[in-house]
Amino acid sequence: MPGDLRQGRIVIVGASLAGLRAAETLREAGFTGSLTVVGDEPHPPYDRPPLSKQVLLGRVAAHATALPARRDPDADWRLGVRATGLDPIGKRVLLADGEPLPYDRLLIATGTRARPWPDQAQAALDGVLTLRTSDDAAHLAERLAAGPRRVLVIGAGFTGSEIASACRELGIEVTVAERGPAPLVGALGGTLSQLAAGLQRAHGVDLRCGVTVTALRGDGRFTGADLSDGSHLEADVCVIAMGAVRNTEWLADSGLAAGPRGLACDAGCRVFDQYGIVTDDVFVAGDVARFPHPLFEYQMLSLEHWGNAVAQAEVAAHNMVSPGPSRRPHLAVPVFWSSQFGLNIKSVGVPTFSDQVLIAQGSIAEGRLVAVYGYRGRITAAVTVNMAKWLEHYQGLIETAAPFPPGPGAADARPLVADFPVPSNVPDPRGLCHGPTVALTGHLPDRRLSVVRPAG
Amino acid sequence: MAVDSLLERITDYASRPDPYPLYAELRAAGVARQAGGGYLVGAYHDIVALLHDPRISSDPRNIAAPYRALVQPEEQISFIRLDDPAHHRLRGLAMRPFGPPHSPGRLDAMRGQIAQITEELIEGLAGRSRIDIVEDFAYPLPVTVICRLLGVPREDEPVFREWSAAIIDFADIKAGEDPAERQRAGGQALTEMGRYLVDLAERRRGHPGDDMLSAFVNEPDPAGRLTREELAATGVLLLVAGHETTVNLIANGVLTLLRHRDQLERLRREPGLLPGAVEELLRYEPPVHLRQRTPLANIEVAGTTVPKGVPLILVLAAGNRDPKRFHDPERFDPARTDNQHLGFGSGVHHCYGAPLARIEAQTALGALLPRLVGATLVQDPPPYRRGAMLRGPRHLPIEL
Repeated sequence: MPGDLRQGRIVIVGASLAGLRAAETLREAGFTGSLTVVGDEPHPPYDRPPLSKQVLLGRVAAHATALPARRDPDADWRLGVRATGLDPIGKRVLLADGEPLPYDRLLIATGTRARPWPDQAQAALDGVLTLRTSDDAAHLAERLAAGPRRVLVIGAGFTGSEIASACRELGIEVTVAERGPAPLVGALGGTLSQLAAGLQRAHGVDLRCGVTVTALRGDGRFTGADLSDGSHLEADVCVIAMGAVRNTEWLADSGLAAGPRGLACDAGCRVFDQYGIVTDDVFVAGDVARFPHPLFEYQMLSLEHWGNAVAQAEVAAHNMVSPGPSRRPHLAVPVFWSSQFGLNIKSVGVPTFSDQVLIAQGSIAEGRLVAVYGYRGRITAAVTVNMAKWLEHYQGLIETAAPFPPGPGAADARPLVADFPVPSNVPDPRGLCHGPTVALTGHLPDRRLSVVRPAG
Repeated sequence: MAVDSLLERITDYASRPDPYPLYAELRAAGVARQAGGGYLVGAYHDIVALLHDPRISSDPRNIAAPYRALVQPEEQISFIRLDDPAHHRLRGLAMRPFGPPHSPGRLDAMRGQIAQITEELIEGLAGRSRIDIVEDFAYPLPVTVICRLLGVPREDEPVFREWSAAIIDFADIKAGEDPAERQRAGGQALTEMGRYLVDLAERRRGHPGDDMLSAFVNEPDPAGRLTREELAATGVLLLVAGHETTVNLIANGVLTLLRHRDQLERLRREPGLLPGAVEELLRYEPPVHLRQRTPLANIEVAGTTVPKGVPLILVLAAGNRDPKRFHDPERFDPARTDNQHLGFGSGVHHCYGAPLARIEAQTALGALLPRLVGATLVQDPPPYRRGAMLRGPRHLPIEL
């Protein structure tokens, strides 16, 4: 009954981009019931992309990136409150402080957090930081402004590379340590990772690939790190940029299909339980979601992208207040961007879902290019470097499963595609110390195996 | 597919007051092959796909010989008719003194000046009961602005007005005529206007003013400098495009508002709607109706194979009223949301001057609104300018 769905109690756990956009969309769609948004950070929803860019450069204050509201979501904001558990039978969210929060429908948008350094004592050294929240960014910006002699960045994914870029722009010496063969290789594969490596070195980054940091050193205060090649590096600040951890632990006892790779849902953002049975009152959106995508063999995708958080939140919210036949699937093609070392990098599709890549427009020498990725003869992704205005064309090719390699005729004074496809060389993410921000995670909702031990 | 006469009918001067039924016919036809060998496209999604397609060229030299009606000396081709990487380089150099990343605050800093020019023009109307919106307002405003921005003496307007008209005529899209004469006149105007602008710029070498011509000739970075020919072609493009388009946007805007009095009243009550109203005008009555491209390969458009080298005419104004993209597209709705119109094109050739045009149109219409409430159109439809590509009234007489 559509009338009923616009009433009742909706709780959103997660007060960042996905949570805010979902709250707005619910009201937009005519939801008149009570709406509660729970967030563990004390801040109202804010934008994270500037935290690794303008904030570190000191152009924007860390706490000045509040997200503009599209409309007043007329919600009860429970900020600074952590959700600790879920009782799906009693339909209640358990909170770290206070009474459980009852709901009729629930949206989970708890996102991710920075993967911490595994050794707790070393991680606690003064000067060892992560970057995920605005408080983190404020802390790191302050350290950079103090003029450290050297910064060590562990992990050369997008966040690590952007931090290194900001350091160089500020004139700070920086070392980047990456276990994989090159920066960004986990997200973009071999060809473009070579471009990224050259770029970092050209900007004066001390880039060390194929090494691991074995220990962080210091006596209360961080002073340096040991590397697996036997060398020791002195630095004043260490940023752990080893990817993200999905905030699903609080769902461990909920019976939902929650695990380290995210919370599995169907195409309409409805959460699966641990047996792969779909629920109809629990929805998920944003970085914490794992959702099936028809363009990528219906494998479950886990994305850490701004655009996905918005699009998925809108679909989830729409479906929460719409009866079955008028529900929508979340089919958006993944898109993300990064700016580093003066370059604008944009990606559409899933570059890691590829076996070959070719440069279809521009060239590495020009520092402007479009790389197109193919998998078994069809186009699955494209990455532009300073050529973002062409991206839409390639998105169309991905959406229509167009053949790879694309036909000749690029309007950039090259009558024929000059490059030949080469292997895309996407490494096993287990060999990297940065996490890809897009991951295909197979077809199955997470299974739980129970070991029953007879008592006594 | 049957050969069609749509292009002929669209470019026929009799269609100028209301080309929209022809555009609906075009959208229904999908891709329409024309008697002269060209192809017309009018569906929104097809146009957007073509504007982003790297197999589509803007360079007229890629038109195959039998269709190549107009030839232009290579050095006169400005970046609007070039492909990457030449287009990217020249557009980037032209952008240096105009917008981000080198001059991010430039246009915002002109708001005050633009408002003042607008006020002076409106004061000049005082006491008059009948005015011509085009001659008295919509034309002088952007001309004055682009003159200041580029560093062209305003009093030279009678000189460059004729060149500009010949260049616009040269660039227009027409069906089935002998282009020899307009090519001769256009080529000459391009040469003369280019020489005029280079002379102006040269006089500022070494002692620059706060204008773009000065910036071009005094660029300190050798990699950021335009050659003399490039300066001429770029200067001509900016001067012509800087006023020949915005005049239509403002005049079409006044005409549309006087035809929709309820919306005029509403805008006066809710001036916050003005930026959205300008976007809606760019969709509903855009200044630029047609753009021409050339496929570099045989390409598929809406199930039709368009051969390499033929003229491909994108009817942007037809895409703007495509019901497959816009809800209730024939309705003028200043409060419309989700309005990603083609008024400024799309892709790498997206209008260079769009931010300036927006400021000018918002300022002009905002200042005129109180005057328009009691005004009436003297002639509806008004007499139109000749061209089908840049469409707008030649005169727009109104009673105040």
